[in-house]
Amino acid sequence: MDIAIIVGLDIISGIASLLLISAGLAVIFGMMKIINLAHGEFLMLGAYTTVLSVSAGINIWIAMLVISPIVVGLIGVIVERCLIQFLYGRLVDTMLATWGLSLVIVGTTTMIFGNTIVGVASPLGGFKVGQYQSSLYTPFLAVMAVLLMVLIWVVMRFTRAGLIARAVMQNPDMAATLGVNPAKVYMATFGAGAAISGLAGGLLAPVAGIVPTMGAAYIAKAFITVVGGGTSILWGLITASGLFGFINQIAAFLTTPVYGEVILFIAAVVLIRLLPMGISGKFFKGRL
Amino acid sequence: MSVSRRSFLRNSVAGGVALAAPALIANVARAADGPIKLGSLHDLSGPLAATGEPMVYATELAVKEINAAGGLLGREVELINYDTQSNIQLYSQFAQQLAVRDKVDVVHGGITSASREAIRPIFNRFRTLYFYNTLYEGGVCDRNTFNFGTTPAQTVEKLVPYAMNLWGKKVYIIAADYNYGQITAKWMRKYVEDNGGEVLSTDFFPLDVTNFGPSISRIQAAKPDMLLSAMVGGNHTAFYRQWAAAGLKDEIPIASTTFGLVNEPATLEAAESKGVLGSYGYFEELQTPASKAFVEAIKAEHGAQTPYISEPAAATYEAVHLWAKGVALAGTADRMPVIEALETGLSFDGPSGNVLIDPITHHVTRNAFLAEVNDKSWNVLETFTAQQPLDTAAVCDLEANPNDTTHYEIDI
Repeated sequence: MDIAIIVGLDIISGIASLLLISAGLAVIFGMMKIINLAHGEFLMLGAYTTVLSVSAGINIWIAMLVISPIVVGLIGVIVERCLIQFLYGRLVDTMLATWGLSLVIVGTTTMIFGNTIVGVASPLGGFKVGQYQSSLYTPFLAVMAVLLMVLIWVVMRFTRAGLIARAVMQNPDMAATLGVNPAKVYMATFGAGAAISGLAGGLLAPVAGIVPTMGAAYIAKAFITVVGGGTSILWGLITASGLFGFINQIAAFLTTPVYGEVILFIAAVVLIRLLPMGISGKFFKGRL
Repeated sequence: MSVSRRSFLRNSVAGGVALAAPALIANVARAADGPIKLGSLHDLSGPLAATGEPMVYATELAVKEINAAGGLLGREVELINYDTQSNIQLYSQFAQQLAVRDKVDVVHGGITSASREAIRPIFNRFRTLYFYNTLYEGGVCDRNTFNFGTTPAQTVEKLVPYAMNLWGKKVYIIAADYNYGQITAKWMRKYVEDNGGEVLSTDFFPLDVTNFGPSISRIQAAKPDMLLSAMVGGNHTAFYRQWAAAGLKDEIPIASTTFGLVNEPATLEAAESKGVLGSYGYFEELQTPASKAFVEAIKAEHGAQTPYISEPAAATYEAVHLWAKGVALAGTADRMPVIEALETGLSFDGPSGNVLIDPITHHVTRNAFLAEVNDKSWNVLETFTAQQPLDTAAVCDLEANPNDTTHYEIDI
């Protein structure tokens, strides 16, 4: 019984971390149809921001919940202005440009902070379930993932900014004739996506080994989640994270981590074969 | 005397050659006594840079010391270093470049076992003397190659019984999923069983795993007395962090053959790493005069940002000095005379203590140390002097089979 609870928590943690690492990518891909290959590096920058803020004496909660998203969001806006804005509608070019960007970010971070692993300690303790122990940080991550989903939903569904964003997403030309400047909306969206990635990086900092190249470990999973989910930002993300997180964690527990990864990727291949437009392309068409 | 344009040209060309001739002759003479070239292949960028940087610093230091003492055979030693960028393809490419274009007299380098196996055949083909200076799984048997790092018989064999005496007989092994982790896990199992213990399970982790929750649950469900870890790289550092976050650090202790090779003790919080046991051929914290001088010399040159100076850096430093002794004894930098000189059983007193070349296996007899992490650094508990490479000696005899070039995967 206790082990069932612990494994249940592992599954929730797997789903929550997929949600967090993929959300920024999903926002940028879903809204702008831009494939951001520097997504992993945005996560890495969020993690570094948290580590540096904590070592500068700032409270860890403020560092990861406030400073990381703001810093990475600003970097996102700069990137959009200097690079992405010239490449709208050119999918392959944006992939190449953001891949180059990811190399630049990794190189710059290595030059400034060196190539050694940094990190911060996990701020919450552990708890016991019968004979088993788990980290309190796991349920905390799950709560943060849920809050992030609710926040995206509320902003998109109930605010004027969300309405304009959805209008631009559906038909940018029509939105423009109605007096909306799509360029500004894209800039804000890219910034918001980057900020979400920064938040996720900050939240993962206490449970990750942080090096300039860490983004590579996350980007593949973020991509299969977003592609598996399809273009609907919220529902695609939630269903794909739920499915892949469950499969990965249960497979890793029942077999070994090697097979856990293999089974996850096989599941993703099968899913894309059956549902080429992703889960939301089939079941949640046209929804958020 | 009339001078036609043609004869003027002819004369001046001839004169030019005559004038240049002494310079040409001098060049030939200088090439014979030009610098002795030492090639170096280490990763200075990419995920392995934190290991490669101190190894290059150690090479530079050794070369500087040799040159300050008047060079070798009256010639200067020139270091040619290529950054292999944690990329096996570049290892092959730069290895050929060193052997064919730069025509170096010796190469020191290679970090992972995969990189060593990529370049060792190249140096055999081009007859370039090669030194591999990282701790590894043992078993390389090759007269052209000298291995200066420790092998499992020198370290794992000490670590496992020590930890089992302290903590108990039921062991859970976790290791990185490539040849180093796979073979090291076999050695761990052998030493656990030799000491009357039991291995509950062995889990391998691809290098890009970041979420260790399910594995941590599996380990708890198995209820081991201790963990043996051969985890590698930045992502795997997260294991120790998630392990500590679950509050398990004080329940199930950890001994490791890889922890602390980079800077894990300094990166993790003191509470997360306290009590982890490790065993290597060198620790930066060793307080012998030779060790202190070595660490001070590197830090004076490269400052506070220097990554942790672990066994591979010390072994590289010792290897370069021992190679130099071999050249001095041979009276030439040519490959075969130097190999024969090194096979006379040369030794060198380096930062880790005395290092003695074993002519039979081309490995070294060296000190091993066992240490415990305390307050973010290693506290050396035990010194095992003059440990022989017995694992490789069991399969390798270069005196009897000088043409052997096999990497024996020792069957346990």
